[in-house]
Amino acid sequence: MTATEATERVGPPSRAARPHPIRDTVIRRSLIGILTLVLVSILVFAATQVLPGNAASAVLLNTATPARLHALEAQLGLNRPAPAQYWAWLTGVLHGNFGKSLANGQPVGTLVGGRIVNSLVLVVLAGVIGTLIGVGLGVLAAARRDSVFDHVLSVTALAVTALPEFVVAVVLVIFFAAVVFHWFPAVSVFVPGTAPWSNPRELVLPVATLIIVIVPYVFRMMRASMIDALESDYVQMAQLKGVPRWRVLFLHALPNAIAPTIQVIGLSFLYLAGGVVVVEYIFNYPGLGQALVNAVSDRDIPQIQAIVLVLAAFYIFVNILTDVISLAVSPRRRLPRS
Amino acid sequence: MARRPEAVVILGRAVRTPRGAAGLVIAGCVILAAAIGPAVAPYSATQFVTSPFARASRAAWLGGDVLGRDVLTRTLDGGWELLAMAAVATALGVIVGAVLGVMAAYYGGWWDSLIMRSVDVILAFPQLVFALLLVSILGPKIWLIVLAVAISHAPQVARVARAAALDISERDFVKAMQILGIPGRRIIRRDVLPNLTSVLMVEIGLRLTYSMLIIAGLSFLGFGLQPPTASWGLMINENRVGMIANPWGVLMPAILIALFTIGVNTFTDSVARASLGVGGRATEPDPVLELAVEGTAQ
Repeated sequence: MTATEATERVGPPSRAARPHPIRDTVIRRSLIGILTLVLVSILVFAATQVLPGNAASAVLLNTATPARLHALEAQLGLNRPAPAQYWAWLTGVLHGNFGKSLANGQPVGTLVGGRIVNSLVLVVLAGVIGTLIGVGLGVLAAARRDSVFDHVLSVTALAVTALPEFVVAVVLVIFFAAVVFHWFPAVSVFVPGTAPWSNPRELVLPVATLIIVIVPYVFRMMRASMIDALESDYVQMAQLKGVPRWRVLFLHALPNAIAPTIQVIGLSFLYLAGGVVVVEYIFNYPGLGQALVNAVSDRDIPQIQAIVLVLAAFYIFVNILTDVISLAVSPRRRLPRS
Repeated sequence: MARRPEAVVILGRAVRTPRGAAGLVIAGCVILAAAIGPAVAPYSATQFVTSPFARASRAAWLGGDVLGRDVLTRTLDGGWELLAMAAVATALGVIVGAVLGVMAAYYGGWWDSLIMRSVDVILAFPQLVFALLLVSILGPKIWLIVLAVAISHAPQVARVARAAALDISERDFVKAMQILGIPGRRIIRRDVLPNLTSVLMVEIGLRLTYSMLIIAGLSFLGFGLQPPTASWGLMINENRVGMIANPWGVLMPAILIALFTIGVNTFTDSVARASLGVGGRATEPDPVLELAVEGTAQ
């Protein structure tokens, strides 16, 4: 939205007739989100259960004879029609029952449940620290636009965008764990049952990898929208009035520049949901991503279904949250459109 | 005089900027190394040349890998399939995405809802997870990985293409042609698509880096090319255990992947900047903003 559009819409609408944009958005987006999640669950189920090479043949592999295959299919309920299978699976999922792991026979719910917390620790730590660093550097670079500091940061951020996590991770391991310095462990060694934050040293490299991967996005967006804000009339006005530089930056420009950045921060959290897969595998971190990689190797279909569904639900949730927050922080967009 | 195609004009401008030239040279070197690598490699990729994780020597300039194979040879040999897969996946994803996006924008209504809702479903999966899901069903097959990456790119390209095409579909000259009864497919091909040139060029660059990221990532996780084939992602994983004895086995593929990404990113950014003001775009996009927004849509 441009500044002119905003000024045209400045007149306060009458309170009585005014719809509640945030509440409406939450309701509308939640309904769409639930619908999307149902479609995702159908897709995940159809892909893993109905296609040739179903769970039964995955378990038996080359020991499969038609008779054994048939017996196991009956045991797993795979000989029923697909909609009935889906319905049985979905009602199970809604009751927290994701079935039993094909690899070790334990209930998938307990296998996956504990790992959700571990992965969330990584995602939240990296997301929050990465956001703060990205926003901070973005504001500084915009404030000193075209300085050496700005150029170095901008070119670096541009170059390292979309660098694969495992490349960042092995470089960090070479420098800080294995070859040059020996400050941090190269892989996590967790005693089962301990919380990941009980040994912060093991969190440093996985979190640092994820931070390095997301900072460029947040930085570039923040810098660009901050430059936009600094060039706007009201900021120029504030500067001419003699408002102190830090007040202009943080109280005048930043609140308006943060709104477009919220979207990118949301996208960074989404990116982290995929990024943890590789990072957890590299650092042997007991989270959802590591479980997914193992489950794919074992073709453990109930676990794959559960983990993919959890990640998709996280995706949809973060999307809704991002929209609501960016609506809440941009006063101009809170006004109903006439 | 025939006007030069817009794409050529933009590329020409991008190459002439220092950053664009630097990006092209960096990415070009990696592509060249991967393309001619198998022909100039001193040994065979599966030949045992030295002891496992041997240090660099006269016989093996970058030392040995986990099984004592030549790191230099495997580095030269392990890129072309990765780059070819990334290129095909990108092309496929951008074409499918652009077609879907333009159709959604041009035909609107029911088509638009159907396409964009399907897009939302695919977008609910992290790209790597989507590829893992398909690989878990059908096994690590090359065509499947390329297809999975292409399918996961298409929705994001579709969104960008739809937004840009909406802008053009609303213009008067398109409306006028519709009234004249010119068929929609012809309007799309002759008038809407050419106006998307610059947007799609930037998309190609972005998607190429993400293709590399996902395909090399799958290869790293062991779901890409299978041993004993040399592949950069796989090499990093295989040689991780011997990182202290011979870091080159990990560093070389990591450096080449990083250089490729850096080169493509830098060149794409120059293309985005060069495309400003070329062609009849109604609104000048902010390349940095566009890159930042679209770039994160993983």
